[in-house]
Amino acid sequence: MSITKPSLASLAGLAVVLAGAAVAMIFFVAPEDADQGLSQKIFYVHVPIALTAYAGFGLGAWKALRLLWTRGERYDLESYTGIHQGTIFGALTLITGSIWAKASWGVWWTWSSNQLVLFLVLFLFYCAYFMLRFSIEPGARRERISAVYALFGVALIPVSFFAIRLASDFIHPTVFTREGPQMTGEMFAAFCCSWAAIMLLAYVMYRTELAGKRTDLNLRALREALAR
Amino acid sequence: MTAYLADVAALARKDLRLELRARDTLPAMVLFVVATLVVFHFALPGGAADDAAYGLLWVALVFTSLLGLGRAWTPETEAGALDGLVLAASDRSTIWLGKTLAALAFLGAAEIVALPAFALFFAPLDGPAVAGVVLASIGLCAVGALVSAMAAAARGREVLLPLLFLPLAIPLVVGGVGSSISPDPGTYLAFLGLYDAVFAILSWAAFEYVVTE
Repeated sequence: MSITKPSLASLAGLAVVLAGAAVAMIFFVAPEDADQGLSQKIFYVHVPIALTAYAGFGLGAWKALRLLWTRGERYDLESYTGIHQGTIFGALTLITGSIWAKASWGVWWTWSSNQLVLFLVLFLFYCAYFMLRFSIEPGARRERISAVYALFGVALIPVSFFAIRLASDFIHPTVFTREGPQMTGEMFAAFCCSWAAIMLLAYVMYRTELAGKRTDLNLRALREALAR
Repeated sequence: MTAYLADVAALARKDLRLELRARDTLPAMVLFVVATLVVFHFALPGGAADDAAYGLLWVALVFTSLLGLGRAWTPETEAGALDGLVLAASDRSTIWLGKTLAALAFLGAAEIVALPAFALFFAPLDGPAVAGVVLASIGLCAVGALVSAMAAAARGREVLLPLLFLPLAIPLVVGGVGSSISPDPGTYLAFLGLYDAVFAILSWAAFEYVVTE
């Protein structure tokens, strides 16, 4: 294990340790929310997952930009894997958000939570990314088209965010706010620990998936070479 | 610069001339949008407010633009003309801009029928609502020309295009509905202008990568 690139197993171990510490902090260190009680604890999972999903989409778009810029083929798989992780965490955001909505507002879905609506739009957008990717023959063209669509995604995030803000003015005159009491230091520490754990977990998943995909490609290339 | 614009004009003119000769897109769009409005009359409950009708107008416009965009690249892909255009000694973004202008001309022509029909059947349209339609149409065609070029490269393009296009069209629907029903339409019109600028620049810059091998 070198200092510059720690092994995947050690990172996975660290993610487990951090996740354990986060769970302990969420339940034993962070004080219970005076307003929402126990159900507020999902905040420490839901928001880090959402931020991690953004990180996945951002990573996918960054690698897409690198692909178009440098024409480096390896960025295609990295961009795809980043978006894949982003979509997995995006789906988890929708699920945890829905559970939280049920716990605090009594409904499984509410259009007045702007963040949830944004994630639904993004989720649809990135699901279409996979449809697009898998309907084009593998090759340089597929890499480019996927990269362009991935770049559209990062432009769509702020534009949709703004649009949903605007829409809530005419669809729902009154908007639920999640502004509870200000976060205390312990709450913030628990939040950061949980966020670090989930980011690390996502990174480990990203590296694992990437390694698997690369092995798969190499194996296929070997088989083709042997068949010749 | 003038050479660039001349290329764009030539490409847009080519699409319009093809349409004048074959007439296979525009009549379909006009009929579709009027038929959709009639369907909406029966879909809306009797005492529904005008606001609901404005929302349906935007559904009709988005789907009409989808109908046009679905065939936008058919002439290029059928005879392999796209390869020729890509190999031509002009900037590739002219292809996108020409297609956007042609799509805008078709959508505009369909709207010239659709908006009076909407005013006749449902509710009056004021200045900001029409301005919203114009601005949103630019965005629909700019993004649509790029996304339909992506779909044209894939299998099952008819199925794929709506999936790619609708999430991108949601902000335009928000801006369009807002400019028709909000007491303060300026914000929504500015938002539509912002969307057009952001996505037109992005599509213009990215188009080359979509069509080159």
